[in-house]
Amino acid sequence: MWAYIFLILPLFFFIAIRFAPTLFAMSVSLFRWDILSANKPWLGLKNYETLFADPVFWNSLTNTLLYVAFSVPAQLVIGLAFALLLQAVAHWKGFFRALYFIPFVTSTVAISWVWRWMYEPTFGPLNKLLALVGLPEQKYLASPDQALPSIVIVLVWQALGFYVIIFLAGLEAIPTDFYEAAKIDGARSWDVFRHITLPLLNPTIVFLTVIGTITAIQVFTQVLNMSFQGMGGPLNSTKSLVLFIYQQAFKSFKMGYASAGTVVLFALILVITVIQLKVTTRRVEY
Amino acid sequence: MTTLKRVQFQTTPRWFSQAVIYFVLLVGGIAMVTPFIWMIATSLKPAAEVFLGKFLPDAPTLDNYLTVFRKVPFARWYLNSVIVASLVTLSVAFFDSLTGFVLAKYEFPGKNLIFVFILSTLMVPTEMLIIPWFILSNSLNWVDTYWGIMFPGVMTAFGAFLMKQFMEGLPSELLDAARIDGVSEFGLFWRIALPLVKPALAALCIFTFLGNWNAFLWPVIITERMDMRTVPVGLAFFSGEAGSAWELIMAGASMATIPVLIVFLFFQRQIIKGIALTGLKG
Repeated sequence: MWAYIFLILPLFFFIAIRFAPTLFAMSVSLFRWDILSANKPWLGLKNYETLFADPVFWNSLTNTLLYVAFSVPAQLVIGLAFALLLQAVAHWKGFFRALYFIPFVTSTVAISWVWRWMYEPTFGPLNKLLALVGLPEQKYLASPDQALPSIVIVLVWQALGFYVIIFLAGLEAIPTDFYEAAKIDGARSWDVFRHITLPLLNPTIVFLTVIGTITAIQVFTQVLNMSFQGMGGPLNSTKSLVLFIYQQAFKSFKMGYASAGTVVLFALILVITVIQLKVTTRRVEY
Repeated sequence: MTTLKRVQFQTTPRWFSQAVIYFVLLVGGIAMVTPFIWMIATSLKPAAEVFLGKFLPDAPTLDNYLTVFRKVPFARWYLNSVIVASLVTLSVAFFDSLTGFVLAKYEFPGKNLIFVFILSTLMVPTEMLIIPWFILSNSLNWVDTYWGIMFPGVMTAFGAFLMKQFMEGLPSELLDAARIDGVSEFGLFWRIALPLVKPALAALCIFTFLGNWNAFLWPVIITERMDMRTVPVGLAFFSGEAGSAWELIMAGASMATIPVLIVFLFFQRQIIKGIALTGLKG
């Protein structure tokens, strides 16, 4: 049968490169697996015990949840606001849409360094701007309190265009009859937004929430490139779970320990996916 | 009828609300492009001007770009990125649409099982796989090779799922008619089905190319030699070692960004349409 012949290579790929490594990662997490040493003793669940007793792990996990908690709502609210604004104008719509989308297509490494230079406390333009309007200068990435929110701003800035595009597509899919009916009934714009736009936009909101959450849980490139020597500082205040895993695996070569971290990450994402499936099965009918 | 068609709820004058909206959109737009202007402006400044605190350069120069090319093999990084992103995109376009085609248009035992299996791999985050991938690459000497950078991405579950959705929209009668005319099974896919799903295929290619062009996590792990780095990896290392030579870092960032920006400006309509299309289907 042709179907099987066509599927041989794809199946081999998904088994060998996706499925088997998943199981392998789980088993590696049960060993002390140092790539430089031939001796790889069995540890059972010891890596997990060490992990859950490691304050740096908890710190990274907390930071990761903070990235999610800050960036996802901001992206949703600002993205929807700009999509609504774009929908309300007659001219220049394509121009603005393209403008907002530029950061999304550019290299994350490049824009991380650009923002690092924007945030530079002494010579960066942001503090120059603050000084110009008479506000106190800030330390941004150099301050343990401000570094994480500063990175969140970059996350939101880069992803905004994507949210706007998806929200616009969602808004355009809402039949205009609803708005006309509401108009006849004399509804105010806030009521229309609250009772027509938002409920009908629900699938889009769910989709973007899930995508945004999974993306933010895996934040790495921005943190590595925007913290001094890629350490997730100052004082681990920006270190994300993936950066923690990366350092354990590829700087300290503790592959087993790092694998235990990836299993925790997997569990987190799995929980979110299950919640997504629960929510999206409640379909909204147009 | 025309009065019913007009959907307008504001009580404030229309010109006023429109002016406010354009103003907010403009402020947002400025926030989007200012970092890029700052990047290019810095890259054109002589080193002595960088810390003067002016936004634009007084005496713009391209020296910083030449210095970057002299210090690091940036041209080689471009070449690496182009090779990797193009080959991966071709592979994904071919195999994902073939998988999608089979899963959409053939009936065979185990079909659902295979579909669910492929889809389920989507749930596993890349981060979980990089350690096994690295151990594998290390033992097979794939470190610092193009294949090593590419192999995790040569097929994607997302793309296969996306192409299946679009292939399902093709009428089966069309394929049956072609079959009777003596078109081979592969010909059905290559000559009949594939041309009909071009918009989805284009979107998938754009997604894949951009994703691989900008990829960082896996390339930074699998490349150790300077001349095997991709543009983002090379830029990250170069910037980390450049200290406070911001004019050089920004020249490097500009070189990484500007080609993508040019491509985007040319194809922005198709790219944005593609993102909206796949974003909603996926």
